[in-house]
Amino acid sequence: MIDLLWLIPALPFAGFLVLILAGSRLPRIVVAVLGAGSVGFSAVVACLIGIEFISSPLVKTSFTRTVWTWMSFEGFSPSTSFCLDSLSLLMVLVVTVVGFLIHLYSVEFMADDDAYHRYFAYMNLFVTAMLVLVLADNLMLLYLGWEGVGLCSYLLIGFWYKDPVNARAAMKAFVMTRIGDTGMIVGLFLLYNSLGTLEIHELMVRAVRDWPVGSVMATVAAALLLCGALGKSAQLPLQTWLPDAMAGPTPVSALIHAATMVTAGVYLIARTHELFALAPAVQAAVAVIGVATLLVAGFSALAQQDLKRVLAYSTISQIGYMFLALGVGAWSAAMFHFAIHAFFKSLLFLGAGAIIMSTHHEQNMFRLGGLRTQLPVTFWTFLAGAASLAALPLITSGFYSKDAILWYAWSSEKGSVWLWLGGVAGALLTSIYTFRMVFLIFFGEARTKVYKRPGTAMLVPLIVLAVLSMVAGFIELPHTLGDVRLFSGYLGAVLPPVPIPPGQASLEGILGIVAAAVSVVGICLAYLLFLKVPQIADRAASTLAGRALHRLWLEGCGFDWLYQRLLVFPFVTIARINRSDFIDFFYQLAAFLAEGLHQGLSATQTGRTRHYAVGIGVGALIIIGMAVWL
Amino acid sequence: MILVWLIVIPLAAGVLAWVVGRGDSVWPRWTALAAMVLEFVLAVWLWVDSASGALATTKLPWLLHARYEWIPELGIGFSLAMDGLSLVLVVLSAFLGIVSVVCSWSEIEEQVGFFHFNLLATVAGIIGVFLATDLILFYFFWEIMLVPMYLLIRIWGHENRAYAAIKFFLFTQAGALAMLVAILALYFLHGQQTGTYTFDYFQLIGTTLNPAASMLIMLGFFAAFAVKLPAVPFHTWLPDAHTEAPTAGSVILAGLLLKTGGYGLIRFILPLFPGSAAAFANAGMALGVVGIIYGAILAFAQTDLKRLVAYTSISHLGFVLLGVFSFNGMALQGAVIQMVCHGISTGALFVLVGLLQERIHTRDLDQMGGLWSTVPRMGGMALVFALASLGLPGFGNFIGEFLVLMGTFHTNHWMAAVAAGGLVLACVYALWMMLRGFFGAATQERNISDLSAREMLVMAVMAAAIFWLGVFPQPTIDVTVPALDGVRKVARLAGEESRTPDVAKFQQLKTGLGRTTKPMQGPGENR
Repeated sequence: MIDLLWLIPALPFAGFLVLILAGSRLPRIVVAVLGAGSVGFSAVVACLIGIEFISSPLVKTSFTRTVWTWMSFEGFSPSTSFCLDSLSLLMVLVVTVVGFLIHLYSVEFMADDDAYHRYFAYMNLFVTAMLVLVLADNLMLLYLGWEGVGLCSYLLIGFWYKDPVNARAAMKAFVMTRIGDTGMIVGLFLLYNSLGTLEIHELMVRAVRDWPVGSVMATVAAALLLCGALGKSAQLPLQTWLPDAMAGPTPVSALIHAATMVTAGVYLIARTHELFALAPAVQAAVAVIGVATLLVAGFSALAQQDLKRVLAYSTISQIGYMFLALGVGAWSAAMFHFAIHAFFKSLLFLGAGAIIMSTHHEQNMFRLGGLRTQLPVTFWTFLAGAASLAALPLITSGFYSKDAILWYAWSSEKGSVWLWLGGVAGALLTSIYTFRMVFLIFFGEARTKVYKRPGTAMLVPLIVLAVLSMVAGFIELPHTLGDVRLFSGYLGAVLPPVPIPPGQASLEGILGIVAAAVSVVGICLAYLLFLKVPQIADRAASTLAGRALHRLWLEGCGFDWLYQRLLVFPFVTIARINRSDFIDFFYQLAAFLAEGLHQGLSATQTGRTRHYAVGIGVGALIIIGMAVWL
Repeated sequence: MILVWLIVIPLAAGVLAWVVGRGDSVWPRWTALAAMVLEFVLAVWLWVDSASGALATTKLPWLLHARYEWIPELGIGFSLAMDGLSLVLVVLSAFLGIVSVVCSWSEIEEQVGFFHFNLLATVAGIIGVFLATDLILFYFFWEIMLVPMYLLIRIWGHENRAYAAIKFFLFTQAGALAMLVAILALYFLHGQQTGTYTFDYFQLIGTTLNPAASMLIMLGFFAAFAVKLPAVPFHTWLPDAHTEAPTAGSVILAGLLLKTGGYGLIRFILPLFPGSAAAFANAGMALGVVGIIYGAILAFAQTDLKRLVAYTSISHLGFVLLGVFSFNGMALQGAVIQMVCHGISTGALFVLVGLLQERIHTRDLDQMGGLWSTVPRMGGMALVFALASLGLPGFGNFIGEFLVLMGTFHTNHWMAAVAAGGLVLACVYALWMMLRGFFGAATQERNISDLSAREMLVMAVMAAAIFWLGVFPQPTIDVTVPALDGVRKVARLAGEESRTPDVAKFQQLKTGLGRTTKPMQGPGENR
């Protein structure tokens, strides 16, 4: 079975090929079956292989299978090889299972769209590229998947291309992530040039062997890879594309911009964690960027009116938590939060999609309200996702994954009180904006009509994901609460545990209680401010400072404004001014002079003997003069 | 003999097309198509043959030779030779020859016979350039491809064709004359030293030159190649010529004519003047990097779709210049792949622009917009080649750019890092083109047809080719590796040389190169 590893990405790719080549001629039902079915099959294969892998001794190491050699000369031979280890298996399972649920949901959600086949073709291609990304055993193949998911993100953000706003958002996403990717590819050159391979495992071995901790090479290489991770995972300063990416269909946001692609950066860092461990400065930067991002995005989420934009900022903020975990060396805590986040965030997006569909494309939370009774299943599942996002203590998965990160942010050797404080402040923000969303949409008076209710194909994924958001966290519990280590134990072969300095362990319980309290306080605050006495929030927002802050947060803390003035405008202006290429001016000048000279000389050819006689005379004088005086 | 055929077939078919084309517009097309298909089949057959090892008896780079006396008194011979590099470029020429005949099928309606004569004569000249191993013969073909191309632009071009044609001619001719002077200088210096006055490439390779003379002569060659490539600041003929030329002309210009510049750099500059080239390397790389960035910025600024595509060529060919002058085997390989892939991807974009112009009678991006909903197949194809052009992995262009940058990084970190910035800019112009042309709301109601079966076939074949190069680049690498090996060795040594100057070692390696390519002698063919 495990030899069929290639089948996991090949199935959705086959689906893509059929759909893109013949999809327009197929009936909708066939398109749906092919589109969702190929990913479903892939998920089944992944599960079977996963079971076999976990129960075999391979789980301690890895399994690699080469499909073909991409190219080979001068010792440079990146191949199309897929490598399965516990980390990539985790990613594969999340991608295929969540991917399948979202495909299933899309069957109904996109049912009225004209370009049904195009949608599923792109989605299948995305799943393929994402699987290549996580299964690649060398960085060049990983880069193929990396750019592939970027392409699909571009295609799907701009899926409704007729609105230029969507098309521009798509372009923005691609270009901004490409900026990071370019840093990353230079990192690849650096790694190959210094270590002589791009095969990830070998690369890490050689890096540890050749580079001392803190060496310049390791630092630069890690920093360059980090560029790619920042772009893809929408972290400061390359985060501004993600809120605009909400222009795509909602299931796309769920799959690409919440569950999978945007966490590719987290995966990349976890995958090359040996390298980052060699570069403490860069790793510290990862943690600081994570905290800064989670705060900036948390504040921004607080002021949004558009439901999907809240979720987008929330995604940026939650990935900030993952970066924080990576920065303090809590690799498996980052991956744990990734998996849990994939469940609850895709659930929230799918729930948002159900709301948007039911209310005829109403995304403004202030025009929704009271939907609790009209959309009960959506409400309860959304509530489960929201509780998990807000890390409601004990009963939600999100609590366990976030609690682990906060604990390591404090206790790890690389952690500090400041990182922890930032994380806790972010947790407070998270539960406020999450329940602000819940209260605005589902409670209060109904402000919009429900036109239709989601059907089975949409409800099943919601329910499955809601269950996962609740119970998946119980595979990893802190010492104080049962001490279950299934998840980190499973990843232990790839990701080493966090070294905790002695004397810290006793704090775990206290910190856990603080985190739990913060979450509950946040929910209560949200209840107070947005449901019970909204006047307080209104009054605060109407003061001068309140208005300014609100505006700042609504605009995502002004990064777009800054980039527009600092980068885009100068570039476009200079390019426009130089549209006709100033270099050509010099050639034009030469041509102009030649023509002028030509006309000047032509003008002397008057046909009058007198003029010629004068010319001959003057010429003779000059020649005689030269002969005499020179 | 087969090498001669490769040149004679298009030339003869061109004359035939002209003859049958008087008063008839169908036969010239079929004649030209048949000739190009025959050429292509022949070239591919050579490729398959060489891959199976039938052609090369040893591991020597040269696969085929043909040498006939021409003007023996002056040491001029009609000598042709083919190695992997020329083979790949000949295959590309024949491929794009087919494409340009097919894409002119409904575009060209006046003087059809004479049009095809010029088209095929240009192709014949280009193939001659790729095969000639006598410098005078090389110069002869260099001129051959120029004149019919001038006529293609001048007669069948768009609005501003007269200006564009003369500009194209003057720029290229100026470069060519510098090269002619350099060829003659090399001829006389070689004659003075050895007593044999010859234009034969293989004998001239062993010439010992003092550094100053070598640098001057190299710059003479470089002038011709830099104009053709084109390297900034000699590029300003290109946007005009490409924009005003008929579609087939643009395809040939971008796909093939520019490649003669890159080919010249690899075939002549590096082996003949490795020392001077190494001394010039930083300048050459800088020119490449400037071209990559500057071309991309200019492309982004354009409002004329065809002009936009034309400027992307400057950016893409900057990678070739960078790859050649980075003196690294990997980068050199990348440069060759980049040449082939650029030929296909940019050629395809020009075809698309041509097809679009046939339908909507404008190239102005401001008047396009929302075309995807009207012509989805065309939009899909434009997207494919826009992505190829921005260097997305999976397309051949990525392999070329990746290898060039990776090789360059070995030589010079900063050049590679700055050049990588071109990847972002490529993304900007390619997606901008899609955004302005195909996405958004339709600006006006248009009643136009999507790609026909014939057009779709051309596009699909080109798309398949660019994918094939991206996913299975190995065959192309394999066929060019032996050809580049000699150059690579000299280049690598010369590259080290430039850092630690040592004249004696330098001479040694140059004679070394002469030896590796020696086994060609005697008239006629030795297969």
